[in-house]
Amino acid sequence: MRANCWMGVHRVEVRDVPDPKILNDGDAIVRVTSTAICGSDLHLFDGYIPTMEKGDVLGHEFMGEVVEVGKGVTRVEVGDRVVVPFPIACGSCLACHRELYSLCENSNPNAGMAEKAWGSSAAGIFGYSHMAGGYAGGQAEYVRVPFADVGPIVIEDDSLSDEQVLFLSDIFPTGYMGAELCDIQPADTVAVWGAGPVGQFAAASAALLGAGQVVVIDRFPYRLRTAAEHAGAQTLNYEEVDVREALRELTAGRGPDACIDAVGMEAHHGSGPIHAYDKVKQGLRMETERPHALRQAITSCRNGGTVSIMGVYGGMVDKFPLGSLMNRSLTIKTGQCHVQRYMRPLLQRIQSGEIDPTFVITHRMPLSEAAQGYDIFRHKQDDCMKVVLNA
Amino acid sequence: MGSARPGNPTTSEGGAQATTADPRGSDGRRGGGERLAKGLAWFSIGLGVPQVLAPGRMNRLIGVDDSRQNRAVMRAMGVRELAGAPGILDRPRPSGFLFARVAGDALDLALLGAALRAKGSARARVAAAAAAVAGVTVLDVIASAKTSRSADPTTGERAVRAHGAITVNRPPDEVYRFWRDVENLPRFMAHLESVHGQEDLRSHWVARAPAGRTVEWDAEVVEDVPGELIAWRSLDGAEVPNSGTVRLAPAPRGGATEVRVDVEHQPPLGAVGAAAARLFGEDPVQQIKDDLRRFKQVIETGEVVRSDGSPDGTRTQRQLHQRHAQPLA
Repeated sequence: MRANCWMGVHRVEVRDVPDPKILNDGDAIVRVTSTAICGSDLHLFDGYIPTMEKGDVLGHEFMGEVVEVGKGVTRVEVGDRVVVPFPIACGSCLACHRELYSLCENSNPNAGMAEKAWGSSAAGIFGYSHMAGGYAGGQAEYVRVPFADVGPIVIEDDSLSDEQVLFLSDIFPTGYMGAELCDIQPADTVAVWGAGPVGQFAAASAALLGAGQVVVIDRFPYRLRTAAEHAGAQTLNYEEVDVREALRELTAGRGPDACIDAVGMEAHHGSGPIHAYDKVKQGLRMETERPHALRQAITSCRNGGTVSIMGVYGGMVDKFPLGSLMNRSLTIKTGQCHVQRYMRPLLQRIQSGEIDPTFVITHRMPLSEAAQGYDIFRHKQDDCMKVVLNA
Repeated sequence: MGSARPGNPTTSEGGAQATTADPRGSDGRRGGGERLAKGLAWFSIGLGVPQVLAPGRMNRLIGVDDSRQNRAVMRAMGVRELAGAPGILDRPRPSGFLFARVAGDALDLALLGAALRAKGSARARVAAAAAAVAGVTVLDVIASAKTSRSADPTTGERAVRAHGAITVNRPPDEVYRFWRDVENLPRFMAHLESVHGQEDLRSHWVARAPAGRTVEWDAEVVEDVPGELIAWRSLDGAEVPNSGTVRLAPAPRGGATEVRVDVEHQPPLGAVGAAAARLFGEDPVQQIKDDLRRFKQVIETGEVVRSDGSPDGTRTQRQLHQRHAQPLA
């Protein structure tokens, strides 16, 4: 089959690889109909996530048709149309029983690697380094899906298009969880750093959850426009305004009740020298993250407020404003999304017309053009926000 | 496992630790070697500092020609002295660093031997320096032997022990039944090929050994407390004498079990065998950690979990040598 493979920093290539096989009784093989490139795929593309091997199949946002099931599978059948969540979860361990699916204790066969970096391991993830299990991803014609009874959600409603439900695999639940962690009260102000797809869904979800005011911060006018249109957000371009001052003004000096970091490890900074400082340290591997957005989210948040981190981080940060966090009684909430927990309720919101996730899609291309998709997305050419690949 | 002391109460999930057992169970026996080692480390610092800062003066002191070349050699030897000291001071059992000291002594003696024959040397001073180094060499050899030796003086055997702990989401009774059926063990203990129950308490074990060999032995259950504890031990005549204990306790959150395992074996070829096994990635700590992870996978999900990068499931050696994350051909 054809699959998009990581071939080194800034190099992906659609190549011929073997077809996947059933390895565990709980597996299913899915013929991928739609898959997407995630912002977190760019961290792999740019070489900031360790333990990638040349030839690894990428992709953790995908859906398709079940074409084969292992003998232990009972809840999905050949022919089912499924969306597959990006964290792989067994459904049987203590974490899964607490619905903390991205912390599944059994799905990462390379847990030892993650322990070295993080102390303990989290769940395995499709197409996301060997530290996250070494699973082949879904930017491919076919993909092996372990624990098929636990993860995939069957889409029975044929009136829903692939594009309407595809983002249940990651970015819609991820943005939603980012907002849910903020425990939003009516009339709260929620500020979202990053108007990429996760930021868009976080802003839209904050509005769905009753925020009084949603503010979105980015530097690309086309992305800010989308946030204004679809989440009713106020927008701040950090290259034009002093973000902290603007947020204080919008909240009469208090600061936002909740701040969501939807940027992660490759943040950009309006100030050239500060951006250069972190970029050099990151390039020299003296820190793994460029945490500009997170620093500003912390220092901007109101006293006693909540900072929700949904952007992906991999290792260590420098110049972390811990004093601001501690002295002002802030709460940090974070985690890879427990997607399995959100798929059904969010599918209902899509079906009821409360939200149409297709608004983030800007580019559609065949899987064979994945390399071009990564390039356009990375350089934000042609007002790119989300690339969907059709296998 | 009659002779084993209870494992340290490691509580972290998936935690593991190993010790090379001193059969007399006393850490005090090594105390003399350790005190000597620490003394030698401080001696190294005392010697290394003037070697680095005043190599000319040191050259004259030991009677060698104070040439530029000899100053460089003196300074390099000083750096070597300083480099080893923290390793000795920092470790409870610094035998590796002490062996490095013995090698350094040999180098010093070789250099002094060359100096004795060289022109421009004050022979008497060089000879005195060589005698001093030889004295230190004797102490280094004693210290390294004392800190590395933990063999039973009566049998010469050296036991390797490992401890591991994990929490599984199954009740203690079920976990007990799973372990008590010894035929289940090869499902998660990677080095076991098979275990067959013979009578109620006896069983026959076949394990994979390096170079495609297998090792076989008979074992018996020596303690058996349903829901709480199982201990087993190989019978006399086993090529690799070994024993193990699994202790079970209800986890604080209902329905789960804390599992603590201690295993011990006498490696073939003693200490050399244990070191060689470790060299090939058979570290007992990793082995027990991996085994417990697979145990958790098997009892919670029914199978060892496989990925494209680790198609055999959790194995440390596989983590070091990943196949790429592409479907298997």
